[in-house]
Amino acid sequence: MFAYIVRRLFAVIVMLLVVTLVTFFIFFTIPKLTGADPAAMYVGKQADPETIEGIRQKLGLSDPVLVQFWHFVSGIFAGRDYTGGGTVDHCPAPCFGYSFRTEQAVWPILTDRLPPTLALAGGACVIWLLLGVTAGVVSALKRGTKIDRGAMMTALAGVSLPIYFTALLLLALFKYKLGWTSSEYVDFADDPAGWFGGLILPWVALAFLYAAMYARLTRATMMEVLGEDYIRTARAKGLTERMVIGKHAMRSTMTPIATILGMDLGALVGSAILTESAFNLPGLGQAAVTAINNRDLPIILGVVLIAATAVVVANLVVDLLYAVIDPRVRLS
Amino acid sequence: MTTTPEPAVDMAKEPPGGRAYLDVRDLRIHFPTDDGVVKSVDGLSFKLEKGRTLGIVGESGSGKSVSSLGIMGLHTVGQYGRRKARISGEIWLDGKELLTADPDEVRRLRGREMAMIFQDPLSAMHPYFTIGAQIAEAYRIHHDTDKKTARKRAVELLDRVGIPQPDRRVDDYPHQFSGGMRQRAMIAMALVNNPALLIADEPTTALDVTVQAQILDLIRDLQKEFGSAVVIITHDLGVVAELADDILVMYGGRCVERGPAEQVFYEPQHPYTWGLLGSMPRIDRDQTERLIPVKGSPPSLINVPPGCAFSPRCPYADVPGEGITRTERPELRPVAGEKSRGHVAACHMTQEDRTRIWTEEIAPKL
Repeated sequence: MFAYIVRRLFAVIVMLLVVTLVTFFIFFTIPKLTGADPAAMYVGKQADPETIEGIRQKLGLSDPVLVQFWHFVSGIFAGRDYTGGGTVDHCPAPCFGYSFRTEQAVWPILTDRLPPTLALAGGACVIWLLLGVTAGVVSALKRGTKIDRGAMMTALAGVSLPIYFTALLLLALFKYKLGWTSSEYVDFADDPAGWFGGLILPWVALAFLYAAMYARLTRATMMEVLGEDYIRTARAKGLTERMVIGKHAMRSTMTPIATILGMDLGALVGSAILTESAFNLPGLGQAAVTAINNRDLPIILGVVLIAATAVVVANLVVDLLYAVIDPRVRLS
Repeated sequence: MTTTPEPAVDMAKEPPGGRAYLDVRDLRIHFPTDDGVVKSVDGLSFKLEKGRTLGIVGESGSGKSVSSLGIMGLHTVGQYGRRKARISGEIWLDGKELLTADPDEVRRLRGREMAMIFQDPLSAMHPYFTIGAQIAEAYRIHHDTDKKTARKRAVELLDRVGIPQPDRRVDDYPHQFSGGMRQRAMIAMALVNNPALLIADEPTTALDVTVQAQILDLIRDLQKEFGSAVVIITHDLGVVAELADDILVMYGGRCVERGPAEQVFYEPQHPYTWGLLGSMPRIDRDQTERLIPVKGSPPSLINVPPGCAFSPRCPYADVPGEGITRTERPELRPVAGEKSRGHVAACHMTQEDRTRIWTEEIAPKL
């Protein structure tokens, strides 16, 4: 078990290195081939060649690409000193470089952006699990009835409607027409009620999409499980139907759901872009959008790396948890 | 223990002539489908006393398993979104009629008064719960007791059915057991509440031959010890030869022959029973001889033709008898003879013809 975890962690590190390498090359090598100059992008449009050359020296942009990559990676772990033009700027670990636009260090910007994203994903997750799993179970048990058809029609709508449509609909109704929420994000520490009020609409919008997917998954899995021999055995033992469903059938139904949930949560860290943009949440996704518009490569690189880490770690957690969820899986 | 008032016995429904411990009368289990009504069981009757073993024999689709699930009341629970099975007739268990009883009362009998062993113990046990937890659960649902006591009971039962190191294996999951051990654990789970009726649905089919004999020995020993009534369902005549006091041969959802085991084995009356005996491999038979299969395939249970259901496959359908094979359905009639008490068969042929065909044509070839 311990050896397995170590092996998996090693694989995670290799994976992240590969992701870093690929993104780094995409951002710092390919633009050069097309004639773009990162140093010029950093300085701005109307800069004289001397300034650009100074920046190039300071950022080490004229070094070979592999050396640049080494500096970048070692900067993440050990911090980095930028020397040039007679000054030394120290960027403490973890150093992801400086924003082209604001000249601020990337890491503090990203850590500022992380809490809204985590709050969005976490809160939405609670809602979609409650709604989706309940709807899925009820649909499976009431198969073919109006309740089942209604729930599945709603789920189909949830899967089909783009998030920016449901988001705008929610905003139009609850913020602008009824005025029930403010939909401005504030820190939880500053104002818990305001935090909740600002997040409730994004939660609902995001949860609607995922609840729909989870309802369909739950329904299909539950129907399959109900046909299993061991469910018949549970009934033959004299268990009440409540126990047959609530304990025996649910236990099996939750297994694929837990797997998907881990991966969805990991993926959401970098990809709740539409939700964050629609509700103006200062999260990672929105930071990515702004950075892309500004061609702010260091920030994009940072977001990509954080999102990749989240996905890879979530997968690792799911794999490790799987041994707990399904005793048939042996880690060896 | 929950005590519920005994329901007043409906005197009008009480079967005349005394009541056996398990008394099934004219049981019909029909499933409506898009193609028509599947008459899986169509008028099945039998009696079984405590301490006796009944072997129900027949090919796939003859209605054996459907009947046993019907006795357990498992066709009427948890049929989410499925069309309801139509069940009629009477099932008397220890003086209680189950088909008209309150479903929750039947549920409380399930696993306590009547228990079932299923065919494939791997798929019949929950993969995510330990063997011990599954046995203890069966005990706790019927006994007001704590987890520790239930666990002790599970260990005790695992020991009784011959699991080595039961106090350690009790925490294993089903996939950690071998096939034979799983079936032993399944038997332990069925016996945890000392049921008076044990139904074993093809208990050895999924096991290899050496283990089969052990499991059959175990069932026989446990029956002696607990004095239960046992229904053993199988397509393997070897299994019933080992265990059964009485044999019931099913074909097309009906009983075609029923009687004491020796009678059915040594003086079988129905051509279908002859076919089953002829298709059974025997060690004392000349190896150059081929097994004799029952030709044709099982009848459709949707459009059951009038007349004897076996007649399309019966080599003796043209033998003139009492009634016409292809339009009139033969009733179960008693077989005459000193030793033939309780032996009945549903065949048009006269008993003289049947005895002659059996002794002259069939028996010498077996």
